[in-house]
Amino acid sequence: MGHGGSAPSRPVLLACAAPAVAFFAAFWLLPVALLLALPAAKGWATYFAVLTHARYLQSLLQTLGLSLAVTLATLVLGALVGITLARQRFHGRALLLSLLTLPLSFPGVIVGFFMILLGGRQGLVADLSEALGAGRTTFAYGLTGLFLAYLYFSLPRAIATYTAAAGSMDAQLEEAARSLGASRWRVARDVWVPELAATTLACGAIVFATAMGAFGTAFTLSAKFEVLPITIYNEFTNYANFALAASLSITLGLITWLALWVSRRVSGTTAF
Amino acid sequence: MRNARQAPALLVALTALVALFMIAPIALSVMAGLVNNYSLGLKSGLTLRWLGEVWENYGGTVGWSLVLALLCVLGNLVLGVPCAYALARSRSRWARLFEELLTLPVAVPGLASALALILAYGTLQGFRQSFAFILVGHMVFTLPFMVRTVGSAFQKNELRSLEEAARSLGASFAQRFLGVLVPAVLPAIVAGSLMVFTLSVGEFNLTWMLHTPLTRTLPVGLADSYASMRIEIGSAYTLVFLIVILPVLWGLQAIGTFIEKHHGT
Repeated sequence: MGHGGSAPSRPVLLACAAPAVAFFAAFWLLPVALLLALPAAKGWATYFAVLTHARYLQSLLQTLGLSLAVTLATLVLGALVGITLARQRFHGRALLLSLLTLPLSFPGVIVGFFMILLGGRQGLVADLSEALGAGRTTFAYGLTGLFLAYLYFSLPRAIATYTAAAGSMDAQLEEAARSLGASRWRVARDVWVPELAATTLACGAIVFATAMGAFGTAFTLSAKFEVLPITIYNEFTNYANFALAASLSITLGLITWLALWVSRRVSGTTAF
Repeated sequence: MRNARQAPALLVALTALVALFMIAPIALSVMAGLVNNYSLGLKSGLTLRWLGEVWENYGGTVGWSLVLALLCVLGNLVLGVPCAYALARSRSRWARLFEELLTLPVAVPGLASALALILAYGTLQGFRQSFAFILVGHMVFTLPFMVRTVGSAFQKNELRSLEEAARSLGASFAQRFLGVLVPAVLPAIVAGSLMVFTLSVGEFNLTWMLHTPLTRTLPVGLADSYASMRIEIGSAYTLVFLIVILPVLWGLQAIGTFIEKHHGT
C-alpha cells in the first residue's frame, strides 16, 4: 500500500464499512424513505393531520405534557436520590444501587404490569385503601398509572447517571463554599447545579425521548389516557390507516430526534 | 469533615421512599407468581403450578428470545466491528454522515421503524413470517450501540501506533485487524455485545409490530399473557423473565468485568 501515515487505504475502509452500509440502507433507510413518502399519496394535508385533527392533536399534546412532567419529576427525584447515594456509605449500598438500576433491563410491558399489581382492581393500593375504609382505589389505567409507570422506567437511568456524576464531583469546591459560610441551599444552587447541568441536560433528553416513544407500557395499561404511540398503533392495526399512521410516526420521530439532537449540540455529550 | 458530606435526613427518607417504589412491585410480582390465589395472598399457600403453566404455554418464547439476542450480537460483530473501524479511521464527510444516520433508529421510536419495515418488506411472506424479520429489526436498532462503543475504542492514539508498527513488520490487513486491532479493543467489543444482548432480549416496541403468532419473543408473550390471563399467570411469567434472563445478564456482565480486568490497558 503506497501511501504514508497510519491511515489504511480507501478500498480497505470501504470494504470494512460496506456490509453495515448495505444492511442499514436496505433495512432502515429504504423502509423509512417509503414511510416518509406514504402520506403524500393521500394528499399533502396528511402530513399535517396531527395539527388539523382535534383527536390527533389532543393525543400529541397529552403525550408531550405527560413526557415533560415525567422528565421533570425524574430529574428532580433522580438527582436527589443520586446525590444521596453518592455520599451516604452504608451496608448493602452496592446491592441497593444494583436493585435500583435493575429495571433498566425490563421490557416496558413488565413496568405496565407492575402498575396493575400496584394500582389495578386487585392491586396493593386497592387492598390498603379498603383496609383503611376508603373504598377500593384504582389508578393503574389512567393518567396517574401512566405517570407512575413512566417514572418507574425512567428513574433507574437518572439515579445511575446522577450517582456516577455526583460521585466524581469536586469535593473541594463544596468544602470551600461551606468554609466561606455558604448555606446548604447556596451550595446546592452555586456548586451542585452548575456541576450537574450537562448531566441533567443529557439525561433529561433521553428520558423525554424514551417517554415520548414508550409503547409497551402504555399498551399493557391499555390506557384511557391516549398517548401518541397508542394512537399510531390503533390507526395501523385497527383502522388499517397506513398513511395516517406514517404521518403520526413522522411527527413523533421528529420530536424525539430533535430533543436528542438539541441536547447533544448544547452539552456536547452523547445522549445514549 | 465526615459529617459535612452526609446527606440530610430528609434526603435519606426520600431515597428510602423511592427505593420502596422501585423494589416493591418486583417483590409483589414474585410473590403473586408463587401463590395459589392472588386475591387471598400468602394464606392460599405457595405453588409452582403457575410457573408450570407458563412454561407449557410460553416456554418457547424464552429460547427464541435468547437465540435472537445471540444472533443479534453475532450480526453486530460481523457488521458493526469492521464498520466501527472504518468510521474511526475515515476522515471523509460521507463517513460522518453515515455515522449520524446510523444513530437515527435509536432516536426514532421503535414503532415507526417497525412500520417502515412492514411497509417495505411486509409482502415477502417467507421473510415476514420468520424470526429473521424480528432479527433485522433488532439489529437496525442495536447497531449504533455496537458501532459507537467499539468505534471510540478504535480511536485511541496508542492503537494507531500499534497498527503502524504491525504494518511496518509486514503484517497484512487481515493479520493486523484480527491479530492486533480486535484483541486491543476486546473490552469495548464485550461491552458493546452485552449492551446489544440486553437491548435485544427486552425489546418490545419494534417486536410487537414485527411478530406473528408463530414468531413470539419473551416480551411479546408477556404482553399477551398480561392482556388475556390471570394475574397469577402474568406474575409467574414475569418471574420466568427474572430467573432466566437476569442470571444470564449477570453472568455476561461478570465475564465482561473479567475480560476488562485481564485485558485492560
